[in-house]
Amino acid sequence: MKRLPLTLWIGAALSAVFALAALVSFLWTPYAVDGMMIASRLQAPSAAHWFGTDHFGRDILSMIMVGARTSIAVAVIAVGMGMALGVPLGLLAAANRGGLVDEIIMRGNDLIFAFPALVIAILITAVFGPSAVNAIIAIGIFNTPVFARVTRGGALSLWTLDYIRAAEVAGKGPARISVEHILPNIANLLIVQGTIQFSLGILAEAALSYVGLGAQPPTPSWGRMLAEAQTMISIAPHMAIIPGLAIVLTVLGLNLMGDGLRDVLDPRVRRAR
Amino acid sequence: MLRYALSRLLSLSLSLVVASLVIFFVIEVIPGDPASYMLGMNARPETVAALSRELGLDQPIFTRYLAWVGGMLTGDFGTSYTYRVPVGDLIAARLGVSLPLTVYALLLTIVIAFPVGLIAAATRGSALDAGIMGGTQLGIAVPNFWFAMLLVLFFAITLQWFSAGGFPGWDRGFWINIKALTLPAVALALPQASILARVMRSAVIETLGQDYIRTARAKGLTSRQAVVGHALRNALIPVLTIIGLQFSFLLAGAIIIENVFFLPGLGRLIFQAITQRDLIVVESVVMLLVFAVIMVTFLVDLAYAAVDPRLRRRA
Repeated sequence: MKRLPLTLWIGAALSAVFALAALVSFLWTPYAVDGMMIASRLQAPSAAHWFGTDHFGRDILSMIMVGARTSIAVAVIAVGMGMALGVPLGLLAAANRGGLVDEIIMRGNDLIFAFPALVIAILITAVFGPSAVNAIIAIGIFNTPVFARVTRGGALSLWTLDYIRAAEVAGKGPARISVEHILPNIANLLIVQGTIQFSLGILAEAALSYVGLGAQPPTPSWGRMLAEAQTMISIAPHMAIIPGLAIVLTVLGLNLMGDGLRDVLDPRVRRAR
Repeated sequence: MLRYALSRLLSLSLSLVVASLVIFFVIEVIPGDPASYMLGMNARPETVAALSRELGLDQPIFTRYLAWVGGMLTGDFGTSYTYRVPVGDLIAARLGVSLPLTVYALLLTIVIAFPVGLIAAATRGSALDAGIMGGTQLGIAVPNFWFAMLLVLFFAITLQWFSAGGFPGWDRGFWINIKALTLPAVALALPQASILARVMRSAVIETLGQDYIRTARAKGLTSRQAVVGHALRNALIPVLTIIGLQFSFLLAGAIIIENVFFLPGLGRLIFQAITQRDLIVVESVVMLLVFAVIMVTFLVDLAYAAVDPRLRRRA
């Protein structure tokens, strides 16, 4: 058994803390997040409120726990959407390498890259109004060309190998080869990329809800907590510092985990060391 | 080189056409009648009809698309329905904030990332390298708008070195505006500089392993001369790609950061336009942003071909 890299452990531990906080929040939070307690508003962190309270007297720890739910849900669904669309496109492009379909998919990819997630979110919001679903769709569309590219790149190098040619000789069509032989062998790449996109998704969700294009009140979200904290920053800095730290630690955890996974799973990196 | 440039120019125009089609149809077709959407639910039918006529919505959709694109090509973006001024003037005024901010942040990104990445590559495996890599790992995880809030808290509220926001306007002089853009630019630059420093480090390390570096050392160059004279130039190719991509992240980031510092840039314009349902403004600003990203990609492609002759032949 090979020793797992330290970064993987630290990253997994950090990510687990936030995943756990999100899960526990379904059953229990220290205080209710929808109750306003004006008497206890803007309190600094204390024994009763570990992370203090906001301008409505809501407990910030409880808000962080429920907000983790929003962040994780948006990012996970957006990664799933990017994979569901991008991986088949990448497989198709690789199976058709050099052909017209490949060319069209790759040019389409380039085009989507010209639309930053924020711009897609702006377009969708202008039409349908703001919601967490918009954030998911915007980040999901942004993820699609990323997965298409990673899939195509990984698949292209496999298509030249002997065992794939053997499968062709055995009479398997390109679709069957892509699913039976290519996909399992690029799963590692996709897991690593998925972790990276997951962390980017958390950052993007926070930015979108911060500017009001993501989750809407009363759904707690880290980005909106920061937007609300902004006007209070000189009197209640903890309101701004704590949700930001939650974002940083989650993203850091996921990135460290992604790096660690890459070291373990990606044979090219292993050889390079 | 000329043939390469022409083929890139062709694909650039194609991208622009497709992008404009996507934007136009998303905004104008999906929600039904834009005029009633813009005026809201309680508008009187004759008001809606008047706005429809004013916007040219009684024309067939394809004619309207051509009018929109043709207008943009001649610098006429239409008239904003809330501000009652030409959209072109609105955008030009706001660009005067957003574009300098983006360029300022891009310069800071490069100025920070190049030396940091080089030092990490030159000392790879050392404690300094590990420290730098840890620092960049943290920098990547920091949301720029949150970092901006921390900068305001520390430099504007606690130390009072900078004002917490606002923009004096270019007619008030150059340096006073640069000062107003400094905190936002630093906030934008930090995460991107972290990414670029990591790319720089791995690109330089990769080139250091090449045969021509060994040759350069063998002919008597010092390690530093080999890095600066040979490795750096070759490492710049991947670095250039990332810088091109970062421009679009910085531009999008600038739109968000403007909220923290109350800067009257494109971000404020577009978010106000969304809440006021001023679709013409939304459409034009989005097209402009996409145009900027496609244009920068095109320029990066050309810069590559100028740096690397192999790419020209491949096209």
